[in-house]
Amino acid sequence: MSGSPVPAPSAPAFSRNEMMIVAAARELAGQRVCFVGVGLPNIAVNLAKRTVSPDLELVYEAGVFGAEPARLPLSIGDPTIVTGAIAVTSMLELFGYYLQRGLIDVGFLGAAQIDRYGNINTTVIGDDYAHPKTRLPGSGGACEIAINARQVFVIMRQSARSFVDHIDFRTSPGNLGGAENAARIRREQGWLGSGPSVVVTDLGIYHFDESGEMRLDSLHRGATLDEVRATMGWEPRVAETLATTPEPTVQELRLIREELDPEGMYTK
Amino acid sequence: MRDAVAELVRDGDTVAIEGFTHLISFAAGHEIIRQRRRDLTLARMTPDLVYDQMVAGGVARKLIFSWLGNPGVGGLNAIRRVTEGPEASLELEEYSHFGMVARYTAGAMNLPFFPLRSYFETDLPKANPLIRPIESPYGDGKVYAVPPLRPDVTVIHAQRADAAGNTQVWGLLGCQKEAAFAADRVIVVVEEVVDEAVIRADPNRTIVPGIIVDAVVVEPFGAHPSYVQGAYDRDNRFYRDWDPISRDPDLTARWLDEWVHGVSGRAEYLAKLGDERVASLRPAAPAPSGAVDYGAYR
Repeated sequence: MSGSPVPAPSAPAFSRNEMMIVAAARELAGQRVCFVGVGLPNIAVNLAKRTVSPDLELVYEAGVFGAEPARLPLSIGDPTIVTGAIAVTSMLELFGYYLQRGLIDVGFLGAAQIDRYGNINTTVIGDDYAHPKTRLPGSGGACEIAINARQVFVIMRQSARSFVDHIDFRTSPGNLGGAENAARIRREQGWLGSGPSVVVTDLGIYHFDESGEMRLDSLHRGATLDEVRATMGWEPRVAETLATTPEPTVQELRLIREELDPEGMYTK
Repeated sequence: MRDAVAELVRDGDTVAIEGFTHLISFAAGHEIIRQRRRDLTLARMTPDLVYDQMVAGGVARKLIFSWLGNPGVGGLNAIRRVTEGPEASLELEEYSHFGMVARYTAGAMNLPFFPLRSYFETDLPKANPLIRPIESPYGDGKVYAVPPLRPDVTVIHAQRADAAGNTQVWGLLGCQKEAAFAADRVIVVVEEVVDEAVIRADPNRTIVPGIIVDAVVVEPFGAHPSYVQGAYDRDNRFYRDWDPISRDPDLTARWLDEWVHGVSGRAEYLAKLGDERVASLRPAAPAPSGAVDYGAYR
């Protein structure tokens, strides 16, 4: 589905997952403090630190500020995030003093389901919470990241099952029912975060327009608008001038394949 | 370990084996399965493989948690089997990570609740009515409250403790301190027991004092397949291998028969795991901390 190499003239072949990871990493240019989630966010953020954003401080919910991971771990609680870090904290301090206090610029999340306003479900699939069709992991830190991180970036593969008109459970709030409503609630309740700002998938890059809805701004090379429409539960808004995402460079691909994910855990 | 579990873990207890990826006491989990405890409420931020195995082993009635998965691999399949569909039989009480930490903290501090800014505009308070909104008594808006969590027993694994249970940890600290102070009874499992003088030489590293510890158990490699910073690595191969085993109820039962019921304790488990596997998990090189000078004062 997502692993087929896309040939391009005078550029290396790359998979759609690689394109997604590279595009997500580039979005982190200029950011300072990033809270790293499990799975795809982990490889995207580690690639950003090795390319567009070397001064990025990586924060892991396990209780690490300023991590310098020497390898890309399977789990986000790996010993490599501790050795050489700026600080190891209890999780009470990490969630209280760092996240809820407002020190996180970007929270990077994955999702099982997302709607047009960037609201996220990672809890259950099915209408009946007590008897779900599929039991997903749950919030972890995602619910508080969505509320307290200054901005939220989302990275996930796109499919008709994941990009849905109605999510089955709201684990992490995005732009709620629209930007105006969301801004009012965030202001009234004193949230420090402004909500989701970018969604990167294996097909393209979305930002959120003034109504709070996702808008396709860039299509990855090899992906088509028909594919985008076929993998979404609503009619997507598309930028007037739709860009083509610059393809991965030789250097970005080398970092992913040789340093970050030699076993292809994230990219296959 | 056998005596500690026999004496301190009782049927129907709320048990917290804490440790966030790091320092998870699989040795204690396996001993609880071996002694066939029943109707336990198992609390853990991330149930991880240890609770997947304990649920498969039939010890649990209920889970209290915040993230239910095998990180980077997939789901916890034994738990999924009893929490999905019309036959779902395991009771779940679910929070976010900060909510779980806050619950242990309230328990540790003897507070009636702990306030946090999470849960607004989510379905979590509907799924778990113990997550409740409250007004700030100072008139500056609403927050959510979670109730204290006071386990009957908390089990933590650590690099070292002295015989009195004064316990030192380095690397990820998770919420072990909070979970231990919140508990009625505390079991500390360590890689090694050291002299009290070793503890006193570096008091900043102590997370739990012996006055709240009921048993100290020495169990080298007792956290495998999780890890101990500086001593052994996370056995990611085991975490991957567990996925196909746990998908099949028969394979799961056979695994428990062989690796839990079929051994007398951690020493036998380790012998079965083999020297080569154990050696492969040692860190590639040492990375010692620089020593600090506390000074001697008159």
